Amino acid sequence: MTIQFNDETFRDDYSFYNSERAIKRFPFPFHEDNYMYSVNMEQHRGGPVDSVYEKRFDVDEHYVSEMRDRAEVLADDPLRCQSLPHMTLAGWDLLELIMVSKSEDYPDLFELHRDGDNWRWVNKPLGIDDSFVFLDETTLPYGPMEYITRQAQGDFCVLDQRDDNLWMDAGTVTTQADWSLDFDIGMNFFEWHAPVPLAHEKGIFVRALKFLLNIQQGAPARRLNWTMTVNPLLDTSPENYHKWGIQKTTVTPENIGSKQHLRVELQTFFRLPRSNALVFPIRCYLCSFQDLMTAPKWGRRLHRVIRDLPEELATYKGFIDNRPMILDYLSKFDDGLPTSDGIWPDLETEPALKT
Amino acid sequence: MSGAEKIAVQVTDIVPLNDLVTRFKFERVDGGLLPTFSGGAHTVVEMRDGEVTRLNPYSLMSDPMDQLAYTISVRRDDEGRGGSLFMHNNVKVGDEMTISYPVNLFSLDLRAKKHLFLAGGIGITPFLAQIKQLERFNGNWELHYACRTESLGSYVDELTDRHPNETHIYYDDQDDKIDLTKLLDGQPLGTHVYVCGPKGMIEWVRKTAASEGWPREAIHHEEFLAPQPGKPFEVKLAVSNKVIQVGETESLLEAIERAGIHAPYLCRGGACGQCETRVIDYTGNFIHRDHWLDDDEHANGEKIMPCVSRFEGKTLVLDR
Amino acid sequence: MSKFTFPTSIRSRPVYGTLEERDGSAHLLIADAHGAEAILDVATPLMMEKAHIIYIPKGEAFEDKLRALNPASFYAGPTYAAAEARIHKAFVDAKMGLQVYLTGTEGLIGQAQYAAMEAGIPHTAIQTEHRGSTARRMQCVHCKGITEDVETDPFVCSHCGLNLFVRDHYSRRRAAYQGVCIDAEDPGNVPQAKGIYE
Repeated sequence: MTIQFNDETFRDDYSFYNSERAIKRFPFPFHEDNYMYSVNMEQHRGGPVDSVYEKRFDVDEHYVSEMRDRAEVLADDPLRCQSLPHMTLAGWDLLELIMVSKSEDYPDLFELHRDGDNWRWVNKPLGIDDSFVFLDETTLPYGPMEYITRQAQGDFCVLDQRDDNLWMDAGTVTTQADWSLDFDIGMNFFEWHAPVPLAHEKGIFVRALKFLLNIQQGAPARRLNWTMTVNPLLDTSPENYHKWGIQKTTVTPENIGSKQHLRVELQTFFRLPRSNALVFPIRCYLCSFQDLMTAPKWGRRLHRVIRDLPEELATYKGFIDNRPMILDYLSKFDDGLPTSDGIWPDLETEPALKT
Repeated sequence: MSGAEKIAVQVTDIVPLNDLVTRFKFERVDGGLLPTFSGGAHTVVEMRDGEVTRLNPYSLMSDPMDQLAYTISVRRDDEGRGGSLFMHNNVKVGDEMTISYPVNLFSLDLRAKKHLFLAGGIGITPFLAQIKQLERFNGNWELHYACRTESLGSYVDELTDRHPNETHIYYDDQDDKIDLTKLLDGQPLGTHVYVCGPKGMIEWVRKTAASEGWPREAIHHEEFLAPQPGKPFEVKLAVSNKVIQVGETESLLEAIERAGIHAPYLCRGGACGQCETRVIDYTGNFIHRDHWLDDDEHANGEKIMPCVSRFEGKTLVLDR
Repeated sequence: MSKFTFPTSIRSRPVYGTLEERDGSAHLLIADAHGAEAILDVATPLMMEKAHIIYIPKGEAFEDKLRALNPASFYAGPTYAAAEARIHKAFVDAKMGLQVYLTGTEGLIGQAQYAAMEAGIPHTAIQTEHRGSTARRMQCVHCKGITEDVETDPFVCSHCGLNLFVRDHYSRRRAAYQGVCIDAEDPGNVPQAKGIYE
């Protein structure tokens, strides 16, 4: 299926929108009516047709506009993309992984032609046609990680593996849920997760690390994570928090349906072959409350999840002040009917909202 | 997980190097490219020997960038359970075998300002791939390789020809020993040591380096253990409610698998920790041989690594 | 009293120990202010034969006592910045087996630790002991400017002037804690500043 790319913005006038197709394939993160941290890992080997799980790196209608937004963020603040010197080989691994995956999964959009180390990469949506020498940094306009992540949606953390830990030693991070690569670079798995409440006590990170250290070549994994954002702002960085934080106060009962967005991260994990590093792509999907409410199951469930969420998590995810208003809005979409298991909207089988 | 992804390969070359070591070359059955890997990675080779299936890890020694073929070197162990003997005696050019995707438990620390390799005997194999990787990126390395005799010095000629300045060979029978204290003294900050060889050598390097004030994180080691034969014993598997017999020449993990019970594993050499199993009850003695559990865990009888460890005694009940 | 027990905190916050003599080919000891007391506690004649002490007194009168330990090399300088070239040279000249001891304020420990890490010593192999002031070295996450010796929460960024709250999230590479705008969602509503550990 050919993708129609939206012409939209994630800042200023926020012209971002989801088509009906994008709403249907939105990765709603709650498989039941409540939420608590869990390791919730599964293999990343495809999924239902046209779901965000189907391809190794999902390309959707926001691709071109997201890449434009990334270029603007990097022009404003080059520190959002950093790679410690020993991570260059991992950058080439990542470049290869993304080029091979996208050219195989979307042959109408991307082409990769290889003749030994002489490679030609064609990216039709972005109008790129570059020839370069694999493993020769002088033949690309940026380092290999920056080059390819300027052409791939989502943030990318490239983790070095040593001393039974993972180290945040490289990344391109412009669509983050309020954490700073520039500050966290060089930290180990427990350190960069240090500010997360409750999960350490529950042993989540010990188990998650053990799982991640054992991810092998050819066997990627995935999970979903979520938070909330006011306005479809991709770059909710701590660097710019003094500029965007005020937007949280602009939510009113009248505009909450269009302003408040559920922000879902599709996190995937791939072992990189030449460097033995692990790449951790964090793909951000945004959906306004009013669009989510078009799936009756999601309306019922989101209300119950937000209502019962522990206070620490609502604070950490940054919506504690707006929670009463959020619940007022969501309660109108919860008629108390039971919901089916799993994350899918089940539009054909779930009953319409009782009014 | 139960092992890494599998690859169907054909044996395309077998080269006996000396009395003990033979090299095997694998190419994909479907003619496609093999995955690239990082120096220090191993593959687990499945050997179907009649009724018995053995899975042994071997370090990949070929160029990590070469996707046409993998090579491994197998040292014949006449006292072992037969895995290496099977490779030496039964495997022929043209045979089809199954190997795993590369797994690396012994990777280079790419931050190192210098890589100092210490090899003992067949322990040379992971370094052959690491050297090729470092040569590709102009890495700073040095190899000190101890062999029993000149005739058993696998790959000595190749190494000294190609890398005369970096390679240092020591022959046991010529009373030629690595002067480790002197070698460690004066290495630049940021040097990492990698040791692969017999258990005693690894312990010697770790202890000497520690007493010379080297950080633990700068010392890397790998020793694959082949499971050793031992007295047969009986095990009760509590979760699956089965009683199984572990034969003289099979490992506990192999016996569990033979009974059709799912058990996680990765390296099958006592190093990765995947097969760690909780002990529910026992009367007798453990023969722990893994590198995964620490001394306290080996003493307290709460866990066992079934890929290499055994048991002697009356009762053993496992949480499996 | 130069010792302070820090409250338990999150995993990124540094934890300090007590210096102990370790086997090694040489000993590099870097301290400021009351860190001198920790050096005096750990020093032995044998250690001092192969020791290089770099000390930033910050107005404390320990220099003569440290000099009297008779280390192989001794330096006292006015600021960390002034000592930096010398510290860098010490790491360039050093070999594996060097033992590093850092003691004094968190700012001194953090900056010297980063220099040692860059030279190739794993941070876990570097000994640290906190002594003296509990003031923090803070990085403003917005303008990236470092404000030294911060004692209150919130505080004003010495570079961009934003009101920042003091997090326990710490970066070894920046050798600093993170400061984040406290009134972004309610401009001008800045709580009364109080001591970080009050």
